[in-house]
Amino acid sequence: MSKRLEVEAVRIAYEGRTIVQETTFALDEGVIGCLLGPSGCGKTTLLRAIAGFEPITQGEIRLHGQRVSTPGWTLAPERRRVGMVFQDFALFPHLTVADNVGFGLRQLTSRERRDRVAALLRLVGMEQAKRRYPHELSGGMQQRVALARAMAPRPEILLLDEPFSSMDAALREQLAREVRDVLEREGVTALLVTHDQLEAFAMADRIGVLSQGEIQQWASAFELYHQPANRLVADFIGQGAFLPAEPVDAHSVMTELGRLSSASGHDLNPGTPAEALIRPDDLVDDPASQIRASVIERAFRGAEYLYRLRLPSGSEVLCLLPSHHQYAPGADIGLRLEAKHLVVFASRDRG
Amino acid sequence: MSSATAPEAVRPEATPSAKPSTTGSSRRSEGRLWSAGSVGLALLMAVPVLVILGFVLVPAGDSWRHLAATVLPGYVANSLLLMLGVALGTLIGGVGTAWLTSMCQFPGRGLLEWALLLPMAMPAYIIAYTYTGMLDYAGPLQTALRALTGWGYGDYWMPEVRSLAGAAVMLSLVLYPYVYLLTRAAFLGQSICVLDVSRTLGSGPWQSFYRVALPLARPAIVAGLSLALMETLADYGTVKYFGVQTFTTGIFRTWYGLGDTAGAAQLSALLLGLVIVLVALEKGSRRHARYHHTSQRHQAIRRHRLHGWRAALALTFCALPVLLGFLIPAGQLGIWALTVAEEAYDARFLRLTLNSLGLAAAAALLALGLALLLGYAKRLHPSPAVLASVRLAGLGYALPGTVIAIGVIIPFAWLDNSIDAWMRATFGVSTGLLLSGTLAALLFAYLVRFLAVSLQTVEAGLGKIRPSTDDAARALGLRPAGVLWRVHVPLLRGTLLTAALLVFVDVLKELPATLILRPFNFNTLAVRAFELASDERLADSAPAALMIVGAGLIPVILLSRSITSSRHVQTP
Repeated sequence: MSKRLEVEAVRIAYEGRTIVQETTFALDEGVIGCLLGPSGCGKTTLLRAIAGFEPITQGEIRLHGQRVSTPGWTLAPERRRVGMVFQDFALFPHLTVADNVGFGLRQLTSRERRDRVAALLRLVGMEQAKRRYPHELSGGMQQRVALARAMAPRPEILLLDEPFSSMDAALREQLAREVRDVLEREGVTALLVTHDQLEAFAMADRIGVLSQGEIQQWASAFELYHQPANRLVADFIGQGAFLPAEPVDAHSVMTELGRLSSASGHDLNPGTPAEALIRPDDLVDDPASQIRASVIERAFRGAEYLYRLRLPSGSEVLCLLPSHHQYAPGADIGLRLEAKHLVVFASRDRG
Repeated sequence: MSSATAPEAVRPEATPSAKPSTTGSSRRSEGRLWSAGSVGLALLMAVPVLVILGFVLVPAGDSWRHLAATVLPGYVANSLLLMLGVALGTLIGGVGTAWLTSMCQFPGRGLLEWALLLPMAMPAYIIAYTYTGMLDYAGPLQTALRALTGWGYGDYWMPEVRSLAGAAVMLSLVLYPYVYLLTRAAFLGQSICVLDVSRTLGSGPWQSFYRVALPLARPAIVAGLSLALMETLADYGTVKYFGVQTFTTGIFRTWYGLGDTAGAAQLSALLLGLVIVLVALEKGSRRHARYHHTSQRHQAIRRHRLHGWRAALALTFCALPVLLGFLIPAGQLGIWALTVAEEAYDARFLRLTLNSLGLAAAAALLALGLALLLGYAKRLHPSPAVLASVRLAGLGYALPGTVIAIGVIIPFAWLDNSIDAWMRATFGVSTGLLLSGTLAALLFAYLVRFLAVSLQTVEAGLGKIRPSTDDAARALGLRPAGVLWRVHVPLLRGTLLTAALLVFVDVLKELPATLILRPFNFNTLAVRAFELASDERLADSAPAALMIVGAGLIPVILLSRSITSSRHVQTP
């Protein structure tokens, strides 16, 4: 598989203020990548640099092996063959749906253009709306048109900037899956930027967690959740709590809740003060257990309750239990650890 | 609890809070009073238009046939050519400068952004005769040219300013700010994402401008252009001075030269037809512009930084209109004013100034009062009749001063004659002309023409006061008039001052209606400046002209302040 996009040691700074720290990652052909991070982490700036809107201060960006950005030189966006879907869709309000989609197809004959526009509108299920204007469309429809428009010129890579953020929370995941279907069917290489992890999980094959202008980890959703590279990633992805832990051997550590171990192990020296990540689904209730905890509060989640529990040492953990096991706040619970993963960092790693 | 306030304080639940109105017998009658008053006032303001339109129905007489056969085709052709020239000039100047100052970064941009409004302070007739003086055979340009080259009279060719093309250039120089202002606002309102999308789809910066930014700004451009063209049609001073025969000079000639009321009114009606087309164009464009809002989420513009010769070119392009439209003519006026400084500022000049200021102040206060009444009546009682009448009262802004003057003079003369005839028949006394040729007629014409200016400002101000404020005041026992006086007027103090100032300056600059309607031997700065210039006494006219230009700077400063305070743009 060839590399579609290579971002190599790229740093972006304005007026001496660094927005993106030295960052490196690559996307293979047909892969959907995602830059995930809180607002202000530099993810949109990085995306715009890949599109050619922002100059880079250091490093190099390559599309299909060709250099497009180096310090002091930026290939113009219109010559990069990138497609971009913007947060607000940015449809041209003076053009019909069909003309919006056909906007980037000027080098085709009018017949070819018509065919390509029709094919894309079919792909996103918008054939009936082709003569309508953007202001007549709902948000979801506008989004599909924006997607079709960006894909029409068969770009090297499709860039999506928070494409679902203006949608209802309920619609987001469904739309994300729809868009993923469309991209997969066309074999498009894409890079998505978002602050919403569920959106990232639904869309992307590879996810880069961006924080403080730096990629903290570049991995699959599963790895990010179960093998976070550092505390920043562990805190950002999913829920959980850290408990003081002591390395016992190369494969396990001891915590207040018992022994945690995994085949992959850890690289901490015995005796190093450490902290282990306990996910809410790592704990089950067991009335017979020696380990007791008291319920601080609980939140109803439908099939489950999410409990916040206090351990005898005063530490707090989160625990997800089926709805029919009900405990009132203040109640005493017996707990058992049922984790197959071991996530542990040296204590000074904190923050 | 006092019993007097009780009926005011009672409010049924069903009344929507948005329109505090209609319950309780005393309130209903007061509401009716406001409505009836506003409808009456609006009808009064509409009299001149109705009179002119009435003449469309009067069968065309000999004079009309004579006009149509001889001069009319010339008027039409010249007016249309002039509009074409001004359209070209204001489009290139207005759109070009708007694009450069809103999308590009170059040295001097921040200064030029508001300096580009300066030519608005320059009335077209003043810039016209200033340039005539400067480009004259004895003027500074030709003198310098001869000194430099050693040429003599007739050795070189000089374009004639006093021509139709010259008039188009002069009008363009002072009218392009309308296009600039509206287009600039449209460019700044466009989400930058739309332009970025166009780039990712393979269009370069220039192509993106033509394919996306320009079409999106089109409604705003058309609106600005229609305003500039309305002013072009209304212009009298420039075309008269340059000897270009258009509708306005035609109306003057028919009225004064031929003494033909019907002919002048029918020419006015024709001119009115052209204006109505422009108004419709402007209104339609504004309506259309609503659909051109590109997004709710606004990504701030990042201006493209220009370097080297590109920056120099942009600077030149944007500085040229300011130089030619304001700095150079204002400088020339200043030089002239200095040369005549010794004898110019005499008792007569003082008298002129006082006349102008007094007239402008009276018109401004009256317009403000009417605007408050109409604006508040609309807020109190937004019934179809009131809404329609407020709109009717605001129509005058589009009417050329010449048309309004004719529309005022005809009914006033009729009224005077009727009173005179009745008095003579009943008492044997002749009253003569009571209203015609008095300041009352002139003030009425000003109100008709400029009420829209104050009305718009007052309405915008009232719109920002939440309806619950009215409700609170009413619940505390104030009658509608009390709410207006004790709540709205104090809240709107700044807005009201602006509204009055705008009318004040417009009246100060007004020429054609003043020329027609002023009382015998009554002169204003504008009229005097124009008369002196027409007599080729350009230097003598400069002090009066400078006063007018100076006053014209007031609205420019107000506008530029609102521009700088509404900036939300970042530069890399």
